Amino acid sequence: MDIRQREISTKNGEVGTLLESESLGIGIRVIASGAWGFASTDRLTREGVQACAAQAVNIAKASALAKHADVALAGEEVYVDTWQNPFVKDPFRIPVERQIDLLLRADKEMLAVKGVTLAEGSMMFRKIDQLFVSSSGSVIHQVKMQSGAGIVATSFAKSEIQKRSYPNSFGGQHSLQGYELIESFDLVGNARRIGEEAVALHSAAQCPEGTGTIILGGSQLGLQIHESVGHPIELDRVLGQEANFAGMSFLTVDKLRKLKYGSDIVNVVADARLEHGPGLGTFAYDDEGVPAQCTPIITNGLFTGYLSNRETAAAIGETRSSGTMRTENWNRLPIIRMTNISLNPGTWKYDDLIADTDDAILMETNRSWSIDDRRYHFQFSTEIGWEIKGGKKGRMIKNPSYSGITTEFWNSCDAICSREHWTLWGTPNCGKGQPMQTMGTGHGASPSRFRNIKVGVAFAK
Amino acid sequence: MKSGKKKSGSSRARGSKGAKAQTRTALGSVARAENGARFTLAELQHIAHRVIEFSEADETEIEIDSTTDALTRFANNTIHQNVAEHTLAISVRAVVDGRTARATTNKTDEESLRRVAAAAATLARHQPENPDLLPMLGPQKYQKLARYFPATATENPMDRARAVTRVCKLAEKTKQTAAGIFSSGVHQSILANSEGLFASHQYTDAEFSVTILEDNSSGWAKASSPDIHNINPDELAERASNKAIASRKPRDLEPGHYTAILEPSAVLDIIGSLFYDFSATAVLDKRSCLNDRMGKKIFGENITLWDDVYHPLQLGAPYDGEGLPRQKILLVDRGVPKNLVYSRATAKKMKTKATGHGLPLPNEFGEAPMNLVFAGGDKSVDDMVRSTERGILVTRAWYIREVDPYEKILTGMTRDGTFLVENGCVAGGIRNFRFNQSVIEMLSNVEMLGPVVRAAGEESFEMVVPAMKVRDFHFTEVTKF
Repeated sequence: MDIRQREISTKNGEVGTLLESESLGIGIRVIASGAWGFASTDRLTREGVQACAAQAVNIAKASALAKHADVALAGEEVYVDTWQNPFVKDPFRIPVERQIDLLLRADKEMLAVKGVTLAEGSMMFRKIDQLFVSSSGSVIHQVKMQSGAGIVATSFAKSEIQKRSYPNSFGGQHSLQGYELIESFDLVGNARRIGEEAVALHSAAQCPEGTGTIILGGSQLGLQIHESVGHPIELDRVLGQEANFAGMSFLTVDKLRKLKYGSDIVNVVADARLEHGPGLGTFAYDDEGVPAQCTPIITNGLFTGYLSNRETAAAIGETRSSGTMRTENWNRLPIIRMTNISLNPGTWKYDDLIADTDDAILMETNRSWSIDDRRYHFQFSTEIGWEIKGGKKGRMIKNPSYSGITTEFWNSCDAICSREHWTLWGTPNCGKGQPMQTMGTGHGASPSRFRNIKVGVAFAK
Repeated sequence: MKSGKKKSGSSRARGSKGAKAQTRTALGSVARAENGARFTLAELQHIAHRVIEFSEADETEIEIDSTTDALTRFANNTIHQNVAEHTLAISVRAVVDGRTARATTNKTDEESLRRVAAAAATLARHQPENPDLLPMLGPQKYQKLARYFPATATENPMDRARAVTRVCKLAEKTKQTAAGIFSSGVHQSILANSEGLFASHQYTDAEFSVTILEDNSSGWAKASSPDIHNINPDELAERASNKAIASRKPRDLEPGHYTAILEPSAVLDIIGSLFYDFSATAVLDKRSCLNDRMGKKIFGENITLWDDVYHPLQLGAPYDGEGLPRQKILLVDRGVPKNLVYSRATAKKMKTKATGHGLPLPNEFGEAPMNLVFAGGDKSVDDMVRSTERGILVTRAWYIREVDPYEKILTGMTRDGTFLVENGCVAGGIRNFRFNQSVIEMLSNVEMLGPVVRAAGEESFEMVVPAMKVRDFHFTEVTKF
């Protein structure tokens, strides 16, 4: 893998991080004595690679000391292919001063709002050029270009810190596109608004504590999907392979095609194919040489599929991997990761959904997230909320939060907005594995409504 | 609980042959590191000098990190992942006309070294001038820190597999299921610049973490140390196993305010969120919970906290991201936040002296204390349990996130061993709680402190912390297991 990255950040009118990096190396995964071994190196001479392969074999032989059975894999075809995601503008060819200038102009707009005490912006571009070669005969060359950016306005006043982000929090929006993605955001045009909202939050009403209806904005719902659907469907977690760190899953194999995961209108897919969109989970082949697929995860509310690799698919009697093995870099073992885990669009126009809602809180843009190690109980808070009363959007709410149990939450979904309100959000910072790997995942979502949800517990006294 | 003292009587099998890596230097000569590391110090220094030679910037700084790491991972009483890596990062910072930027590569050929030096200078040129940028430091003097242990550097996959196999067999014998990791590594860093500064640091690390599972309960234990002799997998597995047994058939308990007895790992992962609040830049940016609170008594009288890279239970290099020697800083004195940490640029802005906590430039975060050390007490966890009429004993906390940055309210879950304490005894396992707790309030409500240990968790970098008994800890909801 050959990875090139550019990172730029600005803060209060000055450049913060300004970094370009490149990293080239090889990771070798082997089965020897019926067990797994993996070694990696950036020493790409003949002797360096041979030593790396020999080390992988030695490690596999050590693994065999604690082996119960030989590794068994689901079958897969051999592929010789090359693929690159489409993009319009190579972000590495855009002059860095232009990129800095854009962030500084947005920064200036945010700081123009009285009460904004901190203005931040960031951009990140990554080009991943990778060659997968297997002893079974596959040779797959893929090039992926990722882009992302975001801005944040923070206001400290009255013993309170409030912030607003655009187009999403924690680094903004990211996808498998070129610089055209950044140009589509209109960062400068949205900077003043988020600054004003951050300041206005100090005077907003506190989110009440109780049980009621909530409407989640698309990006917040994307993270809800990530945490309460994406992680529990990882078959390595289900089978106990992540028990020590990331945890396990309530979705034990006896629940497949039996559990009512959500209400009848809830349909979730794991779709790595380009036709789903240019998400951070989009590719042509996974890092085990399995082609990108669309797997139905929740079908009309019924739990119907896992994210698997060749080994775990075989372990539960499936004939084929669902193609979700991904690695952060050449020095990391591919493990099961989310691709694009998306809630299919519903039928509601956004304005009709608001008009149809008597009493609710609309919550937008994630501020914090937490879920237990089996993915039952979650709590989220968002940057901003809005009261919905009598079908109209009313006053601003600060410190909104909600919590619940995963299946109860998804079964309470009674309205999902349509395709025109649907966005494939990118989560660039998903951590999993030991050693830890960070991966980008995609989550398509549109604003949706949920009934009987506990709100406000995060700030309860 | 890990004491940090060298344990004797370990039954771990241990190899002594050492992994001598044959390496090729940047410019072609072949060398062999004798210490389990990939490069000799002279080789890294040679690369640094060549980059400085190739650079056309006004000033040039080079940081090189070389890592050899290996990790054996087990689950379901078998090894399922087993990995090793050799990585190198050559990071160059260039200063041109009062502007600075960084470029990084892992390629050591001459063309790549020339390219990375040029890339840093080109990036630097294409930005506005930085009014806060200071000239690079000249030569500095550093305190020696002995954090390299040959036995850790030469640990091999067979050694780790044997230890893991013993733990898995122990679990099978007790009809339990084990999952965890055993890792070891050796790391070399150098920092040099065109003004004559040269700093180097070499350290090893080893870590063993184990979760023992039963049908409806689990237990966990973890230890990390630069010296692998301090890690006893069998003892850790036994501790996790006993926790799983003791927490069988967890009962439901109503959420609410309870006295919480937090073992050191739980303290670490909760308190860990505080570290950046002591950055002077965070205070300047008004995103620290210490805004308007410096010098005021906001924690209990029994809370004293330093940043101290030289503490015998701490890890880390004796210099910061610019090569300035790190100082021991008293952060909190008997409940009062007294001092922040400062990079050179932040210190100049705030008209004070730098403390040696600057992050590598350029960055927007300034500085951070990375070696927190609490003042401890003399009460054991058993003492805390014996003195508690009704409370909750927490082994570890999980998925901790900030809900309110100024009141420092954190949410998270308990995990792998949560117990009800009644009438001075552990009365059995309970289902895991979610908490929403202000750290400021928590540190005002500490009733007892244990001796400090080097604690290992999953949410924070390692720190030296005690177990704590805390009144009125707010558990807000309960999950299903």
